[in-house]
Amino acid sequence: MKTLFDKIWDKHVVDTLADGTIQLYIDRLYCHEVTSPQAFAGLRERGLKPFRPAQVTCIPDHNIPTLNQDRPIEDPVSKNQVDTLEKNAKDFGLPYYGLLHPKNGIIHVVGPETGLTQPGMTMVCGDSHTSTHGAMGAIAFGIGTSEVEMTLATQCIMQRKPKTMRITIDGQLQPGVTAKDVALYIISRMSTGGATGYFVEYAGEVIRRATMEERLTICNLSIEMGARGGMIAPDQTTFDYLEDREFAPRGEEWEKKVAEWRQLYSDPGATFDKEIVFKAEDIEPMVTYGTNPGMGMGIRENIPTLESIDEAGRISFKKSLDYMGFTAGEPVLGKKIDYVFLGSCTNGRIEDFRAFASVVKGKKKADHVTAWLVPGSWMVEKQIRAEGLDKVFEAAGFELRQPGCSACLAMNEDKVPAGMYAVSTSNRNFEGRQGPGARTILAGPLVAAAAAITGVITDPRELI
Amino acid sequence: MKEKINIVTSTYVPLPLENVDTDQIIPARFLKATTKEGFGDNLFRDWRYDKAGNPNPDFVLNQGVYKGEILVAGKNFGSGSSREHAAWAIAGAGFRVVVSSFFADIFKNNAMNNGVLPVVVSPEFLTGIFASCANNPQATLTIDLPAQTITNNETGKSESFDINPYKKDCLVNGLDDIDYLLANKSKIEAYESIH
Repeated sequence: MKTLFDKIWDKHVVDTLADGTIQLYIDRLYCHEVTSPQAFAGLRERGLKPFRPAQVTCIPDHNIPTLNQDRPIEDPVSKNQVDTLEKNAKDFGLPYYGLLHPKNGIIHVVGPETGLTQPGMTMVCGDSHTSTHGAMGAIAFGIGTSEVEMTLATQCIMQRKPKTMRITIDGQLQPGVTAKDVALYIISRMSTGGATGYFVEYAGEVIRRATMEERLTICNLSIEMGARGGMIAPDQTTFDYLEDREFAPRGEEWEKKVAEWRQLYSDPGATFDKEIVFKAEDIEPMVTYGTNPGMGMGIRENIPTLESIDEAGRISFKKSLDYMGFTAGEPVLGKKIDYVFLGSCTNGRIEDFRAFASVVKGKKKADHVTAWLVPGSWMVEKQIRAEGLDKVFEAAGFELRQPGCSACLAMNEDKVPAGMYAVSTSNRNFEGRQGPGARTILAGPLVAAAAAITGVITDPRELI
Repeated sequence: MKEKINIVTSTYVPLPLENVDTDQIIPARFLKATTKEGFGDNLFRDWRYDKAGNPNPDFVLNQGVYKGEILVAGKNFGSGSSREHAAWAIAGAGFRVVVSSFFADIFKNNAMNNGVLPVVVSPEFLTGIFASCANNPQATLTIDLPAQTITNNETGKSESFDINPYKKDCLVNGLDDIDYLLANKSKIEAYESIH
């Protein structure tokens, strides 16, 4: 009687030390330009080469501009980081998908859509949102640069086995409630550190019915409640999504793999260290009001009062509201906003663009709102154009940009100015995340679209 | 070879905020370096300096009252991004130990991989530490890694803390995981041959 997590983890244990520390085998390593240069430098210092280069994929995504990617990157420091990744990939013979490559994009969007990410795998990347890939039934988690170096050098890392948690969401979602709302709801109930030390499996009717992309959104945000990672048992939805993708197995090998993958589920009666159940009917379209993703609420609710917060947390709570320019106890509905960002590894996939288009179609963007629509990858961009969504956006006064992490962490030019409010489909509302002094309100693509049209925080159900 | 940690006695810098995330420890726009050096200057950048780059007189690191090799913070320190730059910034600013009642997982690993010891204490012990330095900025803590104890020298109270033996051994001897893994390569090849 094993959990899904245990089945995959146990199969990847190379060695167990006397104190329980585990040497874990890693099937796939993704590298981006920000957290890898020091790891490659470390390899060179030690005179080492990547141990299994075919199991590594390098994609620049964090720093890249979202306009004019055909021109050299203007910021010399960003350019140096991207060039360094390209050089490292070339020197060490690693696959590299650079700017304008048809497989360039945010690494957590490209991995699943190219079929590099597969059920049953262990995968790591120097990025906390690596948890995204768990949606396909893999163990995927973020690591630091030292661990990137270890994986490059030995295809292994040293880990303690995390505890397991199952979060079940039963029932049926209301219309207008997206996967992002489900995730923000869970995090608001769990708090930003509530799943620290755990690896989470998501289950229940809502998850079973969810599309692959909705599952990717939910697993993506696992880290925002502190979880080591999040995962979902693979099923027909997973296999249908993966079949015929570029790096997916084919022919007999495909059949053999699918048969194996069908065994990847938590056995009935398997025990988790913690079990939590939520009801889908309780979930409303969500927004955040503070400076961590746990500070979320239904769009029609009021910000908590100071008295309702634990005494130890009040200084942080007050600091957070001061930063946001909000008052405890007030609603956020109807508040004026300045920027809208649709994109990121959380909500930068085709379904997110379809959802956004469904709201803005036939309407006009509010004049005072600056909107950045950034596809998660060139494959997503191509699909947007194939479906004519670019025309819908254009008619409504929106412009489509080029793929990258963009305003999610504002390492490129896409920075929200100080004091301005941004409704963002990304994953973090930390102070300064979208630019120094920027005020981020996290939400799903429908809430973001509604805000872009009306210029204020709006319940999208009023527009659809 | 990393710097070894054994017994650290030092004054400390209090940061009584909860959920201090890695974007506060080191904002993303300072992650563009390709080496591990120089991050200490930008530790807590947006709290430490105003928009014009002038030191913010209200921030603890600018007041000159609190100094030392130990940083003490509220619960859930290091949440958010996996950026090891956060650990490099803390080490670069001269901290060898971070004390909190709760750490985010990835930060904890990153800290230990850079010779910075995260020490988890009870919420009560943490409150005591903040109270001691409020009364006396020269108050000190002693962290004894081999004995796994932390002592508030102002009150004389001690607590033991957890660390797994493997990581403890690495920190005490200044070794890292790669040394261990490289010595273990035959096991990796044996694993691959049967999977």
